Formats: sequence, structure tokens, C-alpha cells
Amino acid sequence: MIGGLFIYNHKGEVLISRVYRDDIGRNAVDAFRVNVIHARQQVRSPVTNIARTSFFHVKRSNIWLAAVTKQNVNAAMVFEFLYKMCDVMTAYFGKISEENIKNNFVLIYELLDEILDFGYPQNSETGALKTFITQQGIKSQTKEEQSQITSQVTGQIGWRREGIKYRRNELFLDVLESVNLLMSPQGQVLSAHVSGRVVMKSYLSGMPECKFGMNDKIVIDKQGKGGTADDAGKSGKQSIAIDDCTFHQCVRLSKFDSERSISFIPPDGEYELMRYRTTKDIILPFRVIPLVREVGRTKLEVKVVIKSNFKPSLLAQKIEVRIPTPLNTSGVQVICMKGKAKYKASENAIVWKIKRMAGMKESQISAEIELLPTNDKKKWARPPISMNFEVPFAPSGLKVRYLKVFEPKLNYSDHDVIKWVRYIGRSGIYETRC
Amino acid sequence: GNLSIILNYFFAGEIFELKAELNSDKKEKKKEAVKKVIASMTVGKDVSALFPDVVNCMQTDNLELKKLVYLYLMNYAKSQPDMAIMAVNTFVKDCEDPNPLIRALAVRTMGCIRVDKITEYLCEPLRKCLKDEDPYVRKTAAVCVAKLHDINAQLVEDQGFLDTLKDLISDSNPMVVANAVAALSEIAESHPNSNLLDLNPQTINKLLTALNECTEWGQIFILDCLANYTPRDDRESQSICERVTPRLSHANSAVVLSAVKVLMKFMEMLPKDLDYYGTLLKKLAPPLVTLLSAEPELQYVALRNINLIVQKRPEILKHEMKVFFVKYNDPIYVKLEKLDIMIRLASQANIAQVLAELKEYATEVDVDFVRKAVRAIGRCAIKVEQSAERCVSTLLDLIQTKVNYVVQEAIVVIKDIFRKYPNKYESVIATLCENLDSLDEPEARAAMIWIVGEYAERIDNADELLESFLEGFHDESTQVQLQLLTAIVKLFLKKPTETQELVQQVLSLATQDSDNPDLRDRGYIYWRLLSTDPVAAKEVVLAEKPLISEETDLIEPTLLDELICHIGSLASVYHKPPSAFVEGSRGVQHKRLPPRSGSPEGAHSGGAAIPEAVPAVIPSQGDLLGDLLNLDLGPPTTGVAPAPTSAMQMGAMDLLGGGLDSLVGGAALNCNCQTLGWYFLPHLQVWLLAMKAKGLEIAGTFSRRGGVIHMELSLTNKAMSVMTDFAIQFNRNSFGLAPAGPLQVLTPLSPNQTTEVSLPLSTVGPVMKMEPLNNLQVAVKNNIDVFYFSCLYPISILFVEDGKMERQVFLATWKDIPNENEAQFHIKDCHLNSDAASSKLQSSNIFTIAKRTVDNQDMLYQSIKLTNGIWVLAELRLQAGNSNYTVSGVLERERYRF
Repeated sequence: MIGGLFIYNHKGEVLISRVYRDDIGRNAVDAFRVNVIHARQQVRSPVTNIARTSFFHVKRSNIWLAAVTKQNVNAAMVFEFLYKMCDVMTAYFGKISEENIKNNFVLIYELLDEILDFGYPQNSETGALKTFITQQGIKSQTKEEQSQITSQVTGQIGWRREGIKYRRNELFLDVLESVNLLMSPQGQVLSAHVSGRVVMKSYLSGMPECKFGMNDKIVIDKQGKGGTADDAGKSGKQSIAIDDCTFHQCVRLSKFDSERSISFIPPDGEYELMRYRTTKDIILPFRVIPLVREVGRTKLEVKVVIKSNFKPSLLAQKIEVRIPTPLNTSGVQVICMKGKAKYKASENAIVWKIKRMAGMKESQISAEIELLPTNDKKKWARPPISMNFEVPFAPSGLKVRYLKVFEPKLNYSDHDVIKWVRYIGRSGIYETRC
Repeated sequence: GNLSIILNYFFAGEIFELKAELNSDKKEKKKEAVKKVIASMTVGKDVSALFPDVVNCMQTDNLELKKLVYLYLMNYAKSQPDMAIMAVNTFVKDCEDPNPLIRALAVRTMGCIRVDKITEYLCEPLRKCLKDEDPYVRKTAAVCVAKLHDINAQLVEDQGFLDTLKDLISDSNPMVVANAVAALSEIAESHPNSNLLDLNPQTINKLLTALNECTEWGQIFILDCLANYTPRDDRESQSICERVTPRLSHANSAVVLSAVKVLMKFMEMLPKDLDYYGTLLKKLAPPLVTLLSAEPELQYVALRNINLIVQKRPEILKHEMKVFFVKYNDPIYVKLEKLDIMIRLASQANIAQVLAELKEYATEVDVDFVRKAVRAIGRCAIKVEQSAERCVSTLLDLIQTKVNYVVQEAIVVIKDIFRKYPNKYESVIATLCENLDSLDEPEARAAMIWIVGEYAERIDNADELLESFLEGFHDESTQVQLQLLTAIVKLFLKKPTETQELVQQVLSLATQDSDNPDLRDRGYIYWRLLSTDPVAAKEVVLAEKPLISEETDLIEPTLLDELICHIGSLASVYHKPPSAFVEGSRGVQHKRLPPRSGSPEGAHSGGAAIPEAVPAVIPSQGDLLGDLLNLDLGPPTTGVAPAPTSAMQMGAMDLLGGGLDSLVGGAALNCNCQTLGWYFLPHLQVWLLAMKAKGLEIAGTFSRRGGVIHMELSLTNKAMSVMTDFAIQFNRNSFGLAPAGPLQVLTPLSPNQTTEVSLPLSTVGPVMKMEPLNNLQVAVKNNIDVFYFSCLYPISILFVEDGKMERQVFLATWKDIPNENEAQFHIKDCHLNSDAASSKLQSSNIFTIAKRTVDNQDMLYQSIKLTNGIWVLAELRLQAGNSNYTVSGVLERERYRF
């Protein structure tokens, strides 16, 4: 299990050090600093073995978190724990920065004592932790409150406490997708997938039972069998094939496995209900058509056309096209039809920004790149042209069909809950080779 | 110097100030002071001088302050054991506090203080906390048992805490169950012999129930524990798999990977024709792909594991090639791993896509990545024959880029392609030769020289090219020197008239001016060959080379199986068994995959106990007798010995090594041959792969004839040079097997030649109990190197000829042997009658002492004597008209112990 946990600043100074196991000595703190943080070469692996001691690290801005062990631990668990640790810290004091860590070191030690016992991760749900680890010093609790805390921390519904009350029962569903594409210069899709998340903000009283439904092909097809052929055809068109999905720990997995229904008691506030991945019938919001011509050894001509491919009534936002330029670029002239384009020497790229663009439109940029003659035999690697954007629909085609809420003990019904749904599609790694 | 004195001075002042603040009456001031102390402690300052003052702050009802003081205590108690005692009373009191949070905090902290005197006082509070009414206290106490065990294992056992911990597996609270499982698993790991985690269907059921209810971390503990269980049969295996598969949809990647581990392991037991087997295979792919959208560090862990999974079961991800395509912004460690998996998944179906990708990667920035991509193109050519031509032309394109390291890498792989497809792509040699000057890495230079020598007859200026290397001969690395020597000799044999001078030059450089023994030896051999028998020289030097194999970088199967049992853990990330990086007793035990269903050894092989070595190994019940009598007599396969079981599939305990079943199976053959002095000879098994032993392949088996055990060896030279000076040695083993004489091999063993050797063995060698019992570790030496391998011998070779016991003695002994030495087995579908079985077994020195017929049942009473004097008595029951045998056996171990 985890033998110790250290947090360093970018210089390698220790901000937090907590040792859980006797086999981890103080020298481990220095070993990581010397061999990883101060290493001359770029880090080649997130797991490092130094003198039979293994170090796992993640970085958040310029802060290093390192878990150390001498045993054959579950490596996936250690990383999941480090991420969770970051989430918990962020939930308590915001951004993970040197200043915030120094200002909250007592709190961090208290958290580390609670969520890691002898190196074994314990309940690390912030909802539960915040009921008894507070920055204000512990309030005196009644006996009832105490046992409520302990039963929540160890209970089957560790992510939600009893007795939550809202005057207005409301929930927000965000379907957030990132669409990823790798396209060949000829316009052939080399790989494309959508990785999506359903994020829920719930402000519901009591212990509500929720059921979430979407246009999952497997579910729709099953239902379609009962109806007419016409119905099945109609719904079949609207349903999507989900390659795989994962759920927040509140979702009853065995029920999903057997009935493919998503039922759960949600945590209070914001959390990620599910993640999913699709690869079939993806709507690619933009097509990038590159044309690069080398004119002699000192000049490049670049022309890039982008085409939006969605309903004309919808608007894409925050569009950015990044066209890489060679290292020996000496000057760039750009002409674009729409938006603004700039050559950024420090980033070795032409960055073309368009604020808004409607569906079924196209726009074009042309650039002339002057090159310095070099002796370097090495050819320019021609990195791909990448794109960023945001669109108000789900590129996977996912639709929320319902989210039903039942709270038998309190007097509000599914109809009383105010529900909001929003779809946002963003570019993930959206690249076209040139 | 001065600075540190000044700093110390300030620090001393700081300590003094803190001391005053700690003793302040004001609570807030006290708390602030303790915070400062902790801050100093974190950055490594020594604040141990404040011990008494900090401990004085311990008695407080302010929980936050209490936690800080506890944190300090955990750090310094060890260095101040006497003063730490001051804290004991408060701890003991806190363990009785009405607030469960305080009770848990006290027991949690006390367990972290590694001071003997404190540990003594911990026992009573811990005992109470393990039975506390509050689950939060119980779950904390469960982990505390593991802490205490780490400090004083004996104390934990004496106090009976292990039993209490076992009881907690049935606790009503899932988190208590999970922590108890974690603690027990850890304790069990340091006691491989104890049957601590006594996993049986009832406990497994409890674990599976808790699995649905506990935290994500608890699920990991439980799944990792489940993975150590070996189901009784394929049905149980399937039912556990069915209950574990929902975990594949968990958001926590570690839960997913641990579930994958359980499934990969238990799947091993499912018959492949089962529908469920196919369903399970299909279910595994999507979650594995999903892992690749996790954060990069987790992606790395996932990729290292997927690398193992695609080697074990390539069918799972064979259609998922695209997801392993490298993204421009992937961290380098992710890129390198993806590349590895791409090559493993490359096949005729997807090779075009793969090649297009690899070509793209070969123009990237990171040198290591580019090199690996170029090498990958070569590996594709060797792996997928249809793509070879396209690969070669891609490599030529890359050579045209003139990027130095790309060119060198390409030449190294093209050499391998020539070795795989001779006489096909030699037209590219001209292009390669153009780049001769730019090669500065030994591997690339050696490869190029090899090509020039090998194809000297087609390269007009081969002599010039090689001569140019000769100028700086002594500055080259050994690899290049050896290659250059061979290449010039080849050239000479092909074009003797023009190159006489050149060959003399290189021979004298190698033999007279060099002090490298390898180089000199090779030089002298060539010299002598060339001067005495040029025809022989041609045969040796220009011999046809064996084709190189396509998969040279696969993980060795036994290691792969072990690593599959460690999916998700560090071992799977390092691709090394835990013993390679973990100190002490933990993790040293090797894990094994369960055997295929149908072989009843399954139940034993989870983690067999290894008793301490005794002078003469007296096998314990489960070890020898059980398996010895587990004669899988098998259905009569038309008189022909059944297909040989591969060494891999044989259960750890199958001492008969698949021998006896074929013994009985091949009845007709056996009886006819016996008169001719025929002896049973199981099929040869490959013990040492040529790949692993610089070209020496050893296959072998064991036999017993004329009362002497023989090791039958077949040695094959798959290398390019002759082999001589063979010798053999055994490691100490369970029955003291040792070579009775030297290994007599007709040397030299020339390339592609095979020789058979029969090595008589004695049983008077040194004894050490092996695991499994019939494991034999062997070292074979030749002129090239020493090679090690291990093999299993059928226990029947140890049955001596005078194993027939006197009837009276048999009767008396049978009665005398205690019941616990008895074991019973059933053999199904054996269609021999009792006489046939008897005569068949006799040929293997299993003697029938008496036969009785009661109620239509034939009973055979039999005896066996082992080389070390141990007797085994058996009763074989046959129901007439029924093809089932029942064997009861007893192991006589009292009389001959020495």
C-alpha cells in the first residue's frame, strides 16, 4: 500500500510530507526531488523506481504530488487516489497552488489522516468529509449528529447525507461532449470518437431515487420490439450506439448490467453522473481542408478552408484554427475572410480565431510563410492543423429522454422538480494532417 | 560555516519561543503554536525537543488540536520512546470516549506509534474497538490490526486478533468488510503458509455481496482479494465472473482493472466452447478502450496492462487498432506504449493503416519515439509477410530523408528483413551502400557490414567498402570488429582472387593485434579453416542461415501468466514479478493462473504451502499421495498415447507429469513391447528454446530402464556456429537426482544438427524440497555460455523395482498408518479390467499385492516404493461393468524416516 505522500513546489521544496509506513524513510523525500524534479531529462514515466522504492507522481500546475511505496501496490489505485486527493483539495480551498497549500497545511494533514489509513484509501467523498472536517474547528456535536456522520462515512450511501432540504427542488443536467478527430490530408477519417460526460447538479430534498434515460440504442431497440415496425424504425434513427460507459459510484452497476437502466441516489450539488464513448455516426462539426505548397527552399504557401457542418440555425463559438509553421520561419503574411489571424512566433503557429460561425458555412485563410535557409538536413515534421470550437449540440447525437425523481418520504413528486438540460459539444483533439 | 551558526541561533530562539507558546493558557495560542511546530516538522527541522510540551497539549476536547498533537506524536514517538509513554493514558482514555470519531482517532493513531511499550497498551483498547457498536470505529480498528501485525506479528497472533478480523468479513457494514479484507490480505502476504485468507464459497459470497455496496476503494480491496481465489470448477468460476462484470462500468479505473484481473484469471477455467466464454471476451474490450480516455498517468498504467492482455488473449482487442494511434500531444510515455501495442495488434487486415501511421510517426521530433517507429516498420515486415514489400519501400523513403538516426535505425531493421526473406529485396542494397559514411552507431555499422559480406557477390565494390572500415579497425566496438572479420572472410570465399590481401590483413588484425579473446578465437578458427580445408570453410561460413522468428520480444509465457495475475499492480507496470522489486517476504510468492477446468488439481494450486526443507523430503499428504493416486487413467484413446500435455497446463502438483495416464492408455502397445525390454518414454518436451539460449535448443524427457533413471536429451544447434564443450549440472532437488556421469555429446555440434543423448541419473545428490515437488533445475554449458532451465519429471521414474511389499507387512502397515495420511480419488472412463490395469501398472513398478472381489467390485491392493525409501500403499476399486475407478491411498512415512 501507499507508504507515504509528499507534495512539492516547483523548486522541489517539500510542502507536505506524510509517511504511513515504516519502510519509507526521510531520504525518500530527497530521492524523488533529486531523481525526478531536478532530473536533467524530461520525465519519461509517471512511475519511477529508485533504489527499490517506487514513486508515482502527478503534476497540477507547478505542484508535484508524489506517492511512494516499497510494495507491489495497485498502481491504478494509487493514481486514482492522487487525482481524488486533488479533487478533495480543490473542493476545500480552490486551486492547487503553493500559497493555498501552505495556508491550508493543517487541513491537508487532517484530510490525509482521514482518507488514507496505513496507506489504504478510505472514504474520500467531499460531501461526507465536509460534515466533520472543517476549517473552522470542530463544532460540538450531539450524539445523534456524531452517529449520523459515522454512518454516512461508512455507509452504503457515503456520498449523501440525510436531512437535506430545499425549498425549490431543482436539477441541472449538462451533456458535455468532446469530439476527437484525426483526418488525413485527403479528408479521410483516420479515427474519430466522442467522449462525453453527463454532469448533474442536483438540489433535491431528502434521499431521492433517480432514474436517468437517454436514447441508448440497446434500450430503444428493446422497447421498439413491442411497438409497430414503423415506431422501431423511427426511434432507431434517433438512437445512438454507445461503445462503453462508466458511472459515478452512486449508480447501481448490477442493475445497469442486467436491465441497462441507470438508477441512483445522487450526491448533493455537482458531480459527474456518467462518462461514455461513441464512435459510430458522429456529427463532425467542422471539416478542415489544408493545402500546403513548398515554393523553393525558402517559402511555403498555406491555404486552409474550414466548413461548418450542422444546422444553419445553430451557432458555433470560440473557433480557433492553429496552423503550425516551421522553426525557421522568418515572416508570415496572412489573409483571412473572417475573424482574425496572427502569426505567433513563440508558438510556431498561425492562430486564426473566429468568434461565431453558423452552420453550413465556409471560410478560408491563406498565408505565405518566408523561411530562413538552414543547413539542417532534418525535414520539418509538419505537425497537424488543430482546431478548437464549441457547439450547442451533442456531436454523438445523445439525447436525454428523462430523469425521474422519486422521494417517497417527502411530499414532492417528480412533477414538482424543475429540470434543466443543456448540450455542449467541444473540440477534443481535433486534428487534420497536412 | 557562519551562516549555519547564525541560522541555528535563530532556530534555537524559535524553539524557545514555541515552548513558551505551547505552555500558554490560551487555547488559540496553544493551537497556533502546535501548528508552527508541525510546519517546522514538515520542512525537516528537528522539533523533537518540544516533545513534553506538545504532549501536554494532548488532553483537550478540541478535536483539531488533538489531531495535530497526534500527528506530532506519530513522527517523534519512536525517537523518544520513554516520553511517549506519557501519552498512553490519554490514548486509552480516548478509546473509551463517547464520541466515535475520537475513539477511532485514538486507535488509529496508537497503531501508528511504533514503540513497544505503547503497543502493549494498545491490545485492550483495540480488542474493544474491533467489537465497537459504531462501524466507523470497527473499520478503523480492522486496519489497526494490520498496523500492529507490522510491528509485532507474534502479539497479534497470541491475542487472537486474526480470528476477530476474520469475523469482520461477515460484518453488516460493507466498509468494515472491505478494510478487514485489506488487512487480512496484507497479513496473509507476509505469511504465505498460513491459511489465513481461508477463501471458500461462503466467504466469496460475502465478499461479492459487499462488493456491490462499499466505496470504490473497498471494491478494489475486495476484487484484489477475489483474484487470489481459485474456484472449484468452471461453474463457480462463471458465476463469480457474472457478478464481477458489472464493475467494468465503474468510473474508477482501478476498479475496472482489478475486475479485468479477476475475469482474465477465472476465464482460464472456462471451456472455450462455452457461449459465456465468448460473451465475456466481448465484454472486456470496451472498458479497456475506455481506460485510454483517462488522465495520462492512468493511461500509462492501462497501456502497460493492455500490452500483457494482448499477448495473453490477442482476440480481445484485435479490432481496436485505431484507438492505439498516437496523438500528437500524448506524453512520450504514452506514445511509446501505444506503439508497442500497435505492433502486437498488426495483422494482414490492418497493416495498411498501421504502416501509414508509422510512417507519420517516423517524422516526429522525439528521437526515441522516431527510432521505435522505424523499428516497428521492420517488425511489421517480419510479422506480416504480405506487407514486407511495402515496409521495405517505406524504409527506403525514410532513408532518403537523410536524418541520421532514422537512416541507421532503418538499416538495422532491413538487415532483419533480409534474414527473414532471403533473395527478395537485395535490389535495395545499392541505396543502403550510399549511406555507409553517415553510420556512426555500432549496431548500424555492424548491420551494414553484415549486409555487404552476405551479398558480396552482388556488390561490385564490396572489397573497397569493407576495406574502408578496416582502417579504423581498433577503434570499432567488438560487435563491429566481429562482423567485419566474418564479412571479409565471406567475401574471400566468394571472390578469392581479388581479396587475398584483404583477408590476410583482417586475420592478422584480429589474431595478432587484438587482445579481445572472442575476436582472436574467431580469427584463429577462420584462419585454420581457410588454410586446411577451404571447402569445409565454405560450408561453415556460407552455410544457409535459419530464418529469424517473427516474435522475438514477447514476454516469456510463464512470466506472462504470472503478470496476468498481477494486473493493475506495479508488477504489471514494470513487467517484472514482484520479487524483482519488493524486499523481504512480501510478494515473493509467485502467482499462477488456475488450470483449465477438468483437471482436479485446481483446488491446490492457489498458493501451496512450502514446508521447510528436511534432509530427505517426505512429501506431505496433498503433495505426493493425493496426486500420485490421482491417476487420470483417461478414456482409452484407441491404444495410442494421448496427445502430450504441455508443461504449462500441468497442474503444479501433477507429479505424474501426464505420464501415468498415457501409461495406462497405451495398453496394447505397452504389453507387446515389454518383452523386448521396451520402456515407457513420454514425448519429448522442449525445455530450452533456441531463442533463449543463443541458438541451443534442448528437448527432453525421462525414463526408467534396467532400474536406472535416464534423462533423454535432444540437443539442436540452431545457431550459426558450431557448439562444443557440453556439460550439465542439476540444482539440488526433492529426490536428490544428479547426473551419474558426464554429458557425452558428440561434438562439435554443427549448425542445424541434432544429437540425442541419454544421461543416466543417480538419486544420491543433495536434497532440497522443490516447488512443485518434481521440479528439476538444470544448467547446461557449452562453448558459448551457460544456460538454465527447469523441467518436471514424472514421479513414476522414482518407483523402484523392489517395490513389492510382503503381503503380511502390507496388511499390518495399511492398518497402522493414521487416517489423515489417506486420500481418495476417482478416475472416470477407464475401460480396463482389473487384470489389465494391474499388469499395466506393474510395468511402471506399481505392484499388485492382492486382489479381492466383493459385491461385484474388484479391489486391487498395491504398493510403490520410491527411491528415497518412502512407501505408498494403494487400494484400487473397480465396479464391474462400470468404467469408474476409485483409488484410496496411504502414504507410509514412519518407518523409513531417516
